[in-house]
Amino acid sequence: MLFKVIAKEELKRLFELLASSHTVVGPVKTGRDRTGLPLYAFDEVERFEDLSLDYAMTKIPAKRFFLPYREDMAVFEMRKDDWNKKVDYNMDRPRIFFGMHPCDINALNRLDKVLMGETYPMPYYIAKRQNTVIIGIDCTPRPYCFCRSMAADTALHGFDMFLTDIGERYFAEILSDTAFNFLRLIKTAEPAGEDHVLYKKAAAARNERFVTQVDTTDLMKILDMEFQSDVWKQWGDKCLSCGTCSNVCPTCYCYSVEATVDLKLTTARKTKMLYSCNLIDFAEVAGAHNFRPERHIRLKYRYYHKHRGFVEAYEESLCVGCGRCGESCLAGITVPEVIASVRSTL
Amino acid sequence: MLNSGRTYLGVPVSRPKVGFFDFSSCEGCQLQMVNNESTLLDFLALVQIVNFREAMTGESDDYDIAFVEGSITRPDEVDRLQAIRSRAKVLVALGSCACFGGVNQLKNRFRDLPWVKETVYGGAAVETDVVRPLHDVVTVDLMIYGCPVRKEEVEKVVTNIAIGKEIAYPKYPVCMECKANENICLFDLGEACLGPVTRAGCGAWCPGSRAGCWGCRGPADDPNMEQMKRLMQERGISEEMILDRLECFGGFCEFSDALRAEMSKENP
Repeated sequence: MLFKVIAKEELKRLFELLASSHTVVGPVKTGRDRTGLPLYAFDEVERFEDLSLDYAMTKIPAKRFFLPYREDMAVFEMRKDDWNKKVDYNMDRPRIFFGMHPCDINALNRLDKVLMGETYPMPYYIAKRQNTVIIGIDCTPRPYCFCRSMAADTALHGFDMFLTDIGERYFAEILSDTAFNFLRLIKTAEPAGEDHVLYKKAAAARNERFVTQVDTTDLMKILDMEFQSDVWKQWGDKCLSCGTCSNVCPTCYCYSVEATVDLKLTTARKTKMLYSCNLIDFAEVAGAHNFRPERHIRLKYRYYHKHRGFVEAYEESLCVGCGRCGESCLAGITVPEVIASVRSTL
Repeated sequence: MLNSGRTYLGVPVSRPKVGFFDFSSCEGCQLQMVNNESTLLDFLALVQIVNFREAMTGESDDYDIAFVEGSITRPDEVDRLQAIRSRAKVLVALGSCACFGGVNQLKNRFRDLPWVKETVYGGAAVETDVVRPLHDVVTVDLMIYGCPVRKEEVEKVVTNIAIGKEIAYPKYPVCMECKANENICLFDLGEACLGPVTRAGCGAWCPGSRAGCWGCRGPADDPNMEQMKRLMQERGISEEMILDRLECFGGFCEFSDALRAEMSKENP
């Protein structure tokens, strides 16, 4: 692995060089909540000053830059006796993602397994994923982060470069020739012994800040045992079936498709829209039969996909433990509490 | 009636005769129809408008589809609505007043209706009774929700009628569209919002402008009202404020009536 150290003002210079010729996306401050805490979002950034590299967590994940909430899959132009189908992967130029936390990088890595896998590759996703350069950055864990329990606290791949703040400088881990060539634009240095010490200190300090844990021991088996448990009903009674958990989840990828015809009757579109398994008609089929009309059943299946089905297929959970769903859920349903209740022997 | 020479995938399409009608309302939903100039000509090419008091002078009793705005509050309105129903093949309730009674039905919430009439109209001889949505009086084939309706949604409905495509509305609540628009949740800002229980389709119009939802489109399918009440209470929003929102457009009357009854039982 290739390491470099970068002075902080040099990172600013790198950003400015990249932003002058590329679309750069990164964390920005969007306001404050009712308790005065800053709110963050990923957005296009033109000035380094607008970037909040020390951001806590964005409410909405980086997902929409890879899986937009709404996206045309095909546009049909209809003529008198003929029609023409146009497909666009909706990625007109490469993008640089400046400042992504390990949980979000791991979320993309897990999405890759499904959407870039051999069975059903999704070109709309692949086009965006392969044309995005990712510069990762370390984070300060918040109280509701449980990424460690989901083995997503460290990103091992799926990015081009990863930065760790070691005080005066950034410690950079380089994974691609793209990132290596970027760094040739600015002044960097080889890490010295003291940089290694500072890095290890920063990593240890970060580790101490993880407070929430989810016990995943035998979780697949326990979920199988507790399929009929009453706890699902209790959580289901609270669930608003509003789909917020899926919309803020960095790995929920289910979608619905709608076909629309314009007023002129000359253009039609097939549009994909990210959906949620908690929505009432998620399992509704032709003839209006609904396989999952009850809230608690829908909620349960979301947990079974994340923590059981995906684990069986890919040997890791689809949940990365970012905590966004629990934080955004107006009914206060959180992953650590749901799993603890299922594990409970009471 | 066929739309002269117009086809969809080679198949001739119909150009239905359409009438717009208004009852007790602000007529703002109809105004939405003439508001969007960029698509107005395309809309007019798709349908033949034969009756539209707000936008044209002529009128005709020969129409296939009647778009009806407003609620019913007077005996003569009942007669007029029944006449429209008898002529139209399809009757569409346009907007919250037609679907649920709308803001007008707030009047029904007062126990003493003669007092309301006296306070609002003084001695003027205005004949007005309890406010009713259209479906209380006639069979309604289709409802287009919203206060006001979204023109895009009406256009979609009309397009689907013309080409014979199914008309469907979102069954999920506004939160779904609000999150997709990346809005900051109004509860994070300490405000109230009915987004978690109100039917989507508006594109989270109000929350996108940092105004909490008042439920003008009525409830989503199987809304969790018990949890909605609980989460508002947990955030210090009083039952009176919850009722204010639930009662505003009439779509949630089943739930607001129950909540009011529950409250009066607790504090008689």
